Amino acid sequence: MTLMRVLFYLMSFIAVGSALYAALSKNLVRSIFIFFVTLFALAGLYVIALADFVAVTQVVIYVGGILVLILFAFMLSGRETLNVIEQHKGKFINMAKVPAVILAALFLAVIVNIILKADADNLPWVKQAIAQKNETTPISSTIDNIGVNLMTTYLLPFEAISVLLLMALVGAAHLSRKEGRA
Amino acid sequence: MITLTDFLLVGALLFCTGMYMIVSKRNSIQVLIGIELMLNAAILNLVAFGKYDKLNNGGQVFALFAIVLAAATTAVALAIVLNVYRRYKTIDPDEIKNLRD
Repeated sequence: MTLMRVLFYLMSFIAVGSALYAALSKNLVRSIFIFFVTLFALAGLYVIALADFVAVTQVVIYVGGILVLILFAFMLSGRETLNVIEQHKGKFINMAKVPAVILAALFLAVIVNIILKADADNLPWVKQAIAQKNETTPISSTIDNIGVNLMTTYLLPFEAISVLLLMALVGAAHLSRKEGRA
Repeated sequence: MITLTDFLLVGALLFCTGMYMIVSKRNSIQVLIGIELMLNAAILNLVAFGKYDKLNNGGQVFALFAIVLAAATTAVALAIVLNVYRRYKTIDPDEIKNLRD
């Protein structure tokens, strides 16, 4: 039981636990704020998977950008959004949620079964990567390599995503302006 | 050492949690959080596999692309949520049944 493993279990426990709390909580505000914790724990998991740059990006974009946007949408949509949740208070088991639980549980069973059958650690290309020393090690620095690759190998997706971001920006601004002059 | 299967199992758990949120919640914002959870589970898988691609960094670069796409999606989705709230005074997906006219 190495320290790495303890950290992995801790991070994944926090991530899954807070995600479950966000899913089961009846309170929208709690659900949003506990999602912060999930995202931070996931950033920790990315660090354990030796992707430190992705972890930093996760913290900057998700926690700094997306969650603030979600909070804005919650605050701008007023108190009535909370009333929807209050209606079913008191019932211990909500019958309307049973199909969703069944669906998620069955899907989880299928996915876990497939993961255990696929045996990802013994895939041919993974073995080959380890044999050819193409595996990221904890001491190797990946950020400069990511920068070079982003501007050479992945230049076309990079440009496509920049155009898509521009479109999303214009679209969001168009959608959220006042009605009546359309 | 932490194996790939561990990461995949955590990803599967998060994905199913997100799926439960999308199907069961009666609030558009919580549905959106569910979508973000599913995206994060997919990003976790990309990152875990990307460990075995040191030269090209395929996994990490596409994880970055997925994060940026999630940001774009959220911005547009929240603009739509605000519009729906302005028109219907509710953001329960079950209540929104009409087309524009």
